[in-house]
Amino acid sequence: MKTIGNVGWEWLMAQRWLLPVLIAIGFVLAFAIPEYNLLNKYVQLVMMYVGINIILTVSLNLVNGYMGEFSLAHAGFMAVGAYTAALLTQKVLPVAAYPGLFPLAVLAGGLMAALLGLIVAVPSFKVRGDYLAIITLAFLMIVKSVIENIDYIGGPRGIPGIKRLTTLPWVFFWTVVSIWVVRNFVYSKYGRGVLSIREDEIASDLMSVNTRRVKFLAFMVSSFFAGIAGALFAHLLQFISPRVFDIIKTTDVLIMVYLGGIASIAGSIIGATVYTVLLELLRPSTVAAMLGWLPAVVFDPLNEYFIRHLGVWRMVIMPLALVLVMIFAPRGIMGLREFRWFIPRRDLDAHRRPTVHGGSHGAARSH
Amino acid sequence: MALLVATRVKHYFGGLCAVADFNLELQSGELVGVIGPNGAGKTTIFNLITGVYRASEGSIRLRDIELVGKTPHQITALRVGRTFQNIRLFRDLSVLDNVRIAHYAQVRYSPLEALLHLGRYRREEERIIENSRRLLSIFKLEHLAGETAKNLPYGSQRRLEIARALAIDPELLLLDEPAAGMNPNEIDQLMEFIQWIRREFQLTILLIEHQMKLVMGICERIKVLDFGETLAEGPPEAIQNDPKVLEAYLGEGPVG
Amino acid sequence: MSEGIVYWLQQALNALQLGSIYALIALGYTMVYGILTMINFAHGDVFMIGAFFCFLAAVYLGLPFVPTLLLTMLGAALVGVMIERLAYKPLRHAPRVSAIITALGIGIFLENFTLALAPYPKNIPPLLENVTWDLGGVSLSSLQVIIIFLSLGLMFVLDYVVHRTPVGIAMRAISWDKTFVPLMGVPLDLIISVTFAIGAGLAGAAGTMYGLAYPVIDPYMGIMVGWKAFISAVVGGIGNIRGAMIGAFILGGVEIMVTAFFPSTYRDFVAFTLLLLLIVVRPYGILGQPRTQKV
Repeated sequence: MKTIGNVGWEWLMAQRWLLPVLIAIGFVLAFAIPEYNLLNKYVQLVMMYVGINIILTVSLNLVNGYMGEFSLAHAGFMAVGAYTAALLTQKVLPVAAYPGLFPLAVLAGGLMAALLGLIVAVPSFKVRGDYLAIITLAFLMIVKSVIENIDYIGGPRGIPGIKRLTTLPWVFFWTVVSIWVVRNFVYSKYGRGVLSIREDEIASDLMSVNTRRVKFLAFMVSSFFAGIAGALFAHLLQFISPRVFDIIKTTDVLIMVYLGGIASIAGSIIGATVYTVLLELLRPSTVAAMLGWLPAVVFDPLNEYFIRHLGVWRMVIMPLALVLVMIFAPRGIMGLREFRWFIPRRDLDAHRRPTVHGGSHGAARSH
Repeated sequence: MALLVATRVKHYFGGLCAVADFNLELQSGELVGVIGPNGAGKTTIFNLITGVYRASEGSIRLRDIELVGKTPHQITALRVGRTFQNIRLFRDLSVLDNVRIAHYAQVRYSPLEALLHLGRYRREEERIIENSRRLLSIFKLEHLAGETAKNLPYGSQRRLEIARALAIDPELLLLDEPAAGMNPNEIDQLMEFIQWIRREFQLTILLIEHQMKLVMGICERIKVLDFGETLAEGPPEAIQNDPKVLEAYLGEGPVG
Repeated sequence: MSEGIVYWLQQALNALQLGSIYALIALGYTMVYGILTMINFAHGDVFMIGAFFCFLAAVYLGLPFVPTLLLTMLGAALVGVMIERLAYKPLRHAPRVSAIITALGIGIFLENFTLALAPYPKNIPPLLENVTWDLGGVSLSSLQVIIIFLSLGLMFVLDYVVHRTPVGIAMRAISWDKTFVPLMGVPLDLIISVTFAIGAGLAGAAGTMYGLAYPVIDPYMGIMVGWKAFISAVVGGIGNIRGAMIGAFILGGVEIMVTAFFPSTYRDFVAFTLLLLLIVVRPYGILGQPRTQKV
């Protein structure tokens, strides 16, 4: 059954030229918004958090969604990226004189994290499922513990006063790059290897997939972008400490991955955006701002109530919403489905029925 | 020249001996059947050849390359394809992707080319898509390329599994109970089909089967196993009348 | 006794106390895993809820120790069953990971719901008179004795229930097979609820004892303790009840010993490194059985 909305959506998804155009417009806006203050500072900040969270979600989805493992280490890779980049900009690189050096620091953060990703990949050769989850958890705790015990990098107190070098264009740039690279990876022989490992690792090996190599690559790409996100995060928050990157941070990213849907780039974007924006919308100040049109008689007591209570209750409402989504859509909003925009045209054509009309099926196809 | 030579292969699970002394010489182009009662170690032998298990003792050589100690994907890359007793497709993936995945070893581009979709990526992808669709059309599955594998009917799943094994471009194909769950009519078709792919793809085939009709009908040579040991070996007619075989299958010697 | 021995004995005693609390929580993880192969990530927060029930019973109802303990266990058991019925049961046939994420969500919900109602840390009043004995240099408090013996007692009861009673046999049967065992007349839903009730009840008991030993409680106290208990269950071999107890005492011992010999900030580092090494050496835990995949 096709509704008008469906037809409209299919038409939209068929307009592949729109994606590069939208990216170009996005870039222009990313420069224009802070330059001309098109949106207030708070909205700009939220936009940057959305971008960073998309990077985190897309990259974790590679291991947890596409590969079907349950890694809890993401905040650990993020921490490595954040600390590496922050130390470089604080102590090594003269960024004050040459702000152009900032991308180098971010890249270094990503590379360091990727290096550690290689190490975490090794136990995944032998161990799967819950035990691999424990190993990644242990890795996260060890990273945190090591940072806490090195005085040079601030120990448990962390690094304060990091320069605010993360800007909207940079966040936008890295978000696009992470989506593009992960998407390219997924639609390559390595990506299909990753999918086959999720389905049946032994069969995958018997179908000539070099599972070790594929796991190495998946963990490397995933942790690289976690490191990038960490580096951007550090230079936005301007303060990092081991506590910023604890298990709660990983839990946040996990929620965004599974809320949006496993094995889906569109799902990662939706999951990260919905979760981040909803949490912000439920902030007392945001709610107050949204209700600002109400007459003072009504607004003032409401506002007072929100300021006192909503900050706490939003973290009660959000997890309940998550549970409801899981119950009604156990695979998440876009689980195992994808916007056709993100699927290479070659793949789309290859999956098409060999009919005269070249019929396609649905706005999204399953893998 | 012999394609596959297994000599004195032994395998233990813990203390349990699953394969006691397995020997096999497979000539290039042969079609050999392995039969034997349940638990005779037939599937274990496939797993030993393909590297899922590492043989406790003995040697398995393919074109004079030792297979014992190699990982499954290394062995597969030496052009050994197989199917499974209980179908093991990548259930949530598309029919096309099931076949494309098996091209892994033949696709030649580096991780960097994959991440950036540059260089050899395009050419190689087009090549394997073309080859995958060719295989699918041979197996009458082309119209289902975009379908999720688990939604296929049983018979199509069996065909897809063979198509996937052929995507490896095997010289040696191991078929594990290809006729399982088929009716006599379907078995007839399958027999023709196996003969046909053998000619078309120039395969050497080793197959495990319970369906005597199929084994007796197409195999040139049959090996009867019991507890991993060869009970009898020879052409179908000889096997059919071998008293030792009857005993293994019926438990006792023929009564009266 | 020489000073060295006294010191060791003292640390061993502390390890026993910490291990007992980990063990009571680890049992809930391992029982639920055994029966549903699901990691109930909300379990650490059920332990926290237990501590708060203990606070409510002791402060608002003014109850003495034994009724407080029983009420806490009952309350926690109810919470556990409710979580299972409302949040996990609808997902029994969904992908395994959906239930895990739901559990994480329930955990966050419990933490913040408690935080909304109790924004400041609470103090649990001393419900028991604490006497300290000096045994040749080793100081032993009555509280320690009660925590250790009560925990061990509960564990023996559980071990008996699981291995010797019809309910326990049904639980083990279901953990073995969920398709055919119910066909033989084992009430699946009831047994799963009982499992959650027992696990959560034990976590409630752990919450009470933790509250007595370390009286300041807050809504986030369950996170770290919960993870540690979970690790104990894994070290012992997840799904294995006796393994969970052994794992908990090992982890308690390691943590206490590390704090005794190194700066306390090294505690997590050493504990988790040991965990990693153990998983490398024994990937399925001390008493766990490897689940081989059939080809």
